[in-house]
Amino acid sequence: MIKVSGLTKDYGARRAIHNLSFDAQQGEIVGFLGPNGAGKTTTMRILTGYMPPTDGEAIVAGYDVVEESLEVRKRVGYLPETVPLYTDMVVFDYLKFMGELRKIPNVDARVDEVLDMVGLVERANGYIGNLSKGMRQRVGLAQALLHRPEVLILDEPTIGLDPGQVVEVRKLIRDIGKDRTVLLSTHLLNEAQNICDRVLIINKGKIVAEDTTENLQARLIGAERVILRVRGEADELAKTIKQVKGVQGVETKEDGSVEFEFASGKDVRPEVARQVINSGYDLIELRPLGMSLEEIFLELTGSDNKKK
Amino acid sequence: MRNIWTIAKREYDTYFNSPLAYVVAFSILLPMGIYFALIMFVSSQQAMMGGPAPETSPINWLFVFLMIFLSPALTMRLLSDEARMGTLELLLTAPIRDFELVAGKWLGSLLFVLAIAALTLVFPIIINNYVTPGIDWMVIISSYLGMILVSAALLALGTGISAIFTNQFAAFFVTLGLFFFLWFMVGLPASYLQEGGDVLNYLSLSTHFSQSMNNGTINLGDIVYYLSLIALGLFTGTTAVEIRRWR
Repeated sequence: MIKVSGLTKDYGARRAIHNLSFDAQQGEIVGFLGPNGAGKTTTMRILTGYMPPTDGEAIVAGYDVVEESLEVRKRVGYLPETVPLYTDMVVFDYLKFMGELRKIPNVDARVDEVLDMVGLVERANGYIGNLSKGMRQRVGLAQALLHRPEVLILDEPTIGLDPGQVVEVRKLIRDIGKDRTVLLSTHLLNEAQNICDRVLIINKGKIVAEDTTENLQARLIGAERVILRVRGEADELAKTIKQVKGVQGVETKEDGSVEFEFASGKDVRPEVARQVINSGYDLIELRPLGMSLEEIFLELTGSDNKKK
Repeated sequence: MRNIWTIAKREYDTYFNSPLAYVVAFSILLPMGIYFALIMFVSSQQAMMGGPAPETSPINWLFVFLMIFLSPALTMRLLSDEARMGTLELLLTAPIRDFELVAGKWLGSLLFVLAIAALTLVFPIIINNYVTPGIDWMVIISSYLGMILVSAALLALGTGISAIFTNQFAAFFVTLGLFFFLWFMVGLPASYLQEGGDVLNYLSLSTHFSQSMNNGTINLGDIVYYLSLIALGLFTGTTAVEIRRWR
């Protein structure tokens, strides 16, 4: 449904994306992950027919984005990152206008249907300018869904939504993704983990990793890391644990907890727990840390900003 | 065609939500009304001494003259504002051609001007009631055809310029400057030139209305002139939108 090969885009002398290749099948939700300025929006703009690439080829819904741009645009629903809307229009009229441009038959009924899907029925007759950011986001989403597109391209669809709405919108995207192709960009890693079947990590215009979220984690984690906490002072705790066979990389943290690793597949936790109890400590926490997608992301993109 | 109409309809509706559009309508209708009242007053005085019947041509000329200054305010935000607000991205990813977008914007502004022009029909109707055996309606039709063509040409050029800019005030001043040039300046050197004066005269906006259509003379040359300006404006706009895609 989406097939991209060798896609390159230059803005003047600056190369925004470089030789990008990937594909997405029908019924697949693909996440586009990357720091700001990585080229996510540029790629999406090329795929929606907004701008032509400098080099390379992209086939969306069976049509070339340059040669058959109008056919592509008929079949793609697009939510731009900035959610541009006519603030002086009423929600219903705006969606009707966009529906008429897409020649949707029985447009009034379809607008009502989509408003119901995004939960904006009560605000149908309100001015877009008076809506909150989250509501505008949902109007943008409604616009992208109007014509039942084969391919849905969403640039940061859940940004600005409150937690309840985020859950709803994610559910909506998952439902749509069952029989259509969804490409969404995000910089929220748990979002990618949560809704995407597959993740493309992009940095400085290049794809640095492409896999399912589970595989990405498995690939990067050779060992499992565990955090251990006991009640009270635990000066001798690290020493006790080090004696257990298979325990590696013991580290005592400032808050008194101890972290250690063991090779994948050789679970030493039961033995560690026994040792701790036998040594007279009160065990209160023994929890796997697991490498988060955040850490994978930082590792792959070599980002300097250490936010954990 | 349907896309052009969809865009035009929305644009037309937008004017009625915009205070600026009302200001423009008011700034055209008020001077015309005052001018009309004066003409009626003077004619009624002269009529007692066997003077000529009142005519609408000076009022219609005023309409065209005011359009030179006011139509840039109607076209300045047509495409520049879409670019500034980012809504251009929606239109450029919708299944419509760039030309349809530009033509629709232009048609929307033309429809608004036609609505204002329709209101001015009240003047010839009033005159018709006071004059026997009535006024020459063919002259009125010719005059209004001229008014529509001038407006259509001005609005097309304004739409084209609006597509070039992201700032609507930049679009306004460039459009105003162009109209001023076309109306007042192009024809000026014509009488001093040995050769080429005819060409400059032909390019001048002012010669194609007041001396021909406003008096009931329809020339093919005038119509070609206006249609060329419309084509030029829409072509400029479409090209500017296409260039935006490539940047």
